[in-house]
Amino acid sequence: MRWVNRQVPRRHRILLGSLPILLLLLLYIFMAAQRHAANPADKILPLPGGMAQGMSALLFQPDQLSGQLLFWADTLASLQRLGIGLGIATLSALVIGLVLGVLPPVRATFGPLVTAIAVIPPIALLPILFIALGLGETAKIALIVIGIAPVMVRDIMAHVSALPREQIIKAQTLGASSWQIMIRVALPQAMPRLLHAMRLSLGPAWVFLISAEAIASDVGLGYRIFLVRRYLAMDVIIPYVAWIALLAILVDAMLVFLSERLFPWAHGASH
Amino acid sequence: MSALLALRNIWVEYGDKVVLERVDLEVEAGSFLSIIGPSGAGKSSLLRIILGQEVATRGAILLDGTPLTPECGPDRGVVFQRYSVFPHLSVLRNTVFGLECAKAPFSARLFGAARRAAMDEAIEMLNAVGLGDSLHLYPAQMSGGMQQRLAIAQALIKRPRILLLDEPFGALDPGIRADMHLLITRLWRDYSLTIVMVTHDIHEAFALGTRVIALDKRRHDPHAPHRFGATAVYDLPLRNKIARTTGGESMLPINNTLSIS
Repeated sequence: MRWVNRQVPRRHRILLGSLPILLLLLLYIFMAAQRHAANPADKILPLPGGMAQGMSALLFQPDQLSGQLLFWADTLASLQRLGIGLGIATLSALVIGLVLGVLPPVRATFGPLVTAIAVIPPIALLPILFIALGLGETAKIALIVIGIAPVMVRDIMAHVSALPREQIIKAQTLGASSWQIMIRVALPQAMPRLLHAMRLSLGPAWVFLISAEAIASDVGLGYRIFLVRRYLAMDVIIPYVAWIALLAILVDAMLVFLSERLFPWAHGASH
Repeated sequence: MSALLALRNIWVEYGDKVVLERVDLEVEAGSFLSIIGPSGAGKSSLLRIILGQEVATRGAILLDGTPLTPECGPDRGVVFQRYSVFPHLSVLRNTVFGLECAKAPFSARLFGAARRAAMDEAIEMLNAVGLGDSLHLYPAQMSGGMQQRLAIAQALIKRPRILLLDEPFGALDPGIRADMHLLITRLWRDYSLTIVMVTHDIHEAFALGTRVIALDKRRHDPHAPHRFGATAVYDLPLRNKIARTTGGESMLPINNTLSIS
């Protein structure tokens, strides 16, 4: 049988999918154990026990200066920035993308501007943001928004303007105005695409969040990673990175669930 | 005898390519006009001109004696070969949409008694096209034939003066197509519709139409084939058909021979 025809049953798929991850973990533990055998004080590849020890202080002991449990304070601060940034970007992508996608004159006027903004590397704007908006929360959220919104706007715009012409014509023969076409034909069909754009933007959003936190912050997952880097504290960095990955996977899974639940027609499922 | 729709000296040109030239056409109220012709003869262009989706380079189109605005409106309904239903709405919501647009300009949604009345009207229309049992399905869950039934119900609920069909049954398999022919003939008679249908199926054109028009190029320049456009080369009123379907006097002038204009 050809390999292109081999379908993997569901339980085998889980097994096969976890195999490389487990192998990588084993490889890590093997190498860490080897380094610790040579030098018990090794900091570069901490063993799981060492990580648990390093993390327990952040997880369970209040910080002497602020009195907070640092790990949870970091998580909360980062998720808040990410959420607000992603929210603003999503909302503006929906509104701007919809208007630009449906109305050709508006697209002709503002399309080039959106393209121009989208090609600027957002990190290059970071100094401007810090100078203009200060070192507080605003600048970090603004970086996330500027980083992901233009791409999302262009995606929604392209999706809406690619709706079959027949649909738009049909709506007009049913008496729909531009506004009615926008809210009843284009908006609902843009929604699943919007959730998809959010999923794709989540990766870049994390990149901009960590960058902003690394440069100027006093709390946050990215801030902590770049702070403990000075002490070669791999026992904190590695669990933090794993935690960020887990959070990203959870948000992604939530968006998939939402999309299938709210827009069954877009997933070929029954009502 | 009144000409519902009149086309006067219509030309369609894209750049220096002439698609249609000197098209003069009068469509009587209550007639079923089939337009046939080879690919690229401008059948669909002609339909788009009548629909208001495109503007003729020259000429005038009159509906009830008044010139049409070059924009689609609820006086002309349409069914395309594909994509003319909204995939995100159920069958019932697809059909109610036209009523909602007219009665709720801002929200495009109806509530309370108005909503119930619109729903009832839509259900009645859906029963007429045979979709009474599929009110809550999404278009993606239905066959091509059912989607076309929905597209017809959607258009008819607005009571358009003219129903335009652009190869509406071209993507359906033969059995379903025969069912659809019966359906459209019945609707045409029951609702006294005026229908203009573009098709590449010559049997369909003659089976359904009360009049068949063939578009083709009358002149041909081998060195610049794009410089001459197509026009109506045959115009055949089907006398027996009219007598049979209306049960009375013919409403159209009769030509026993093919009138090659």
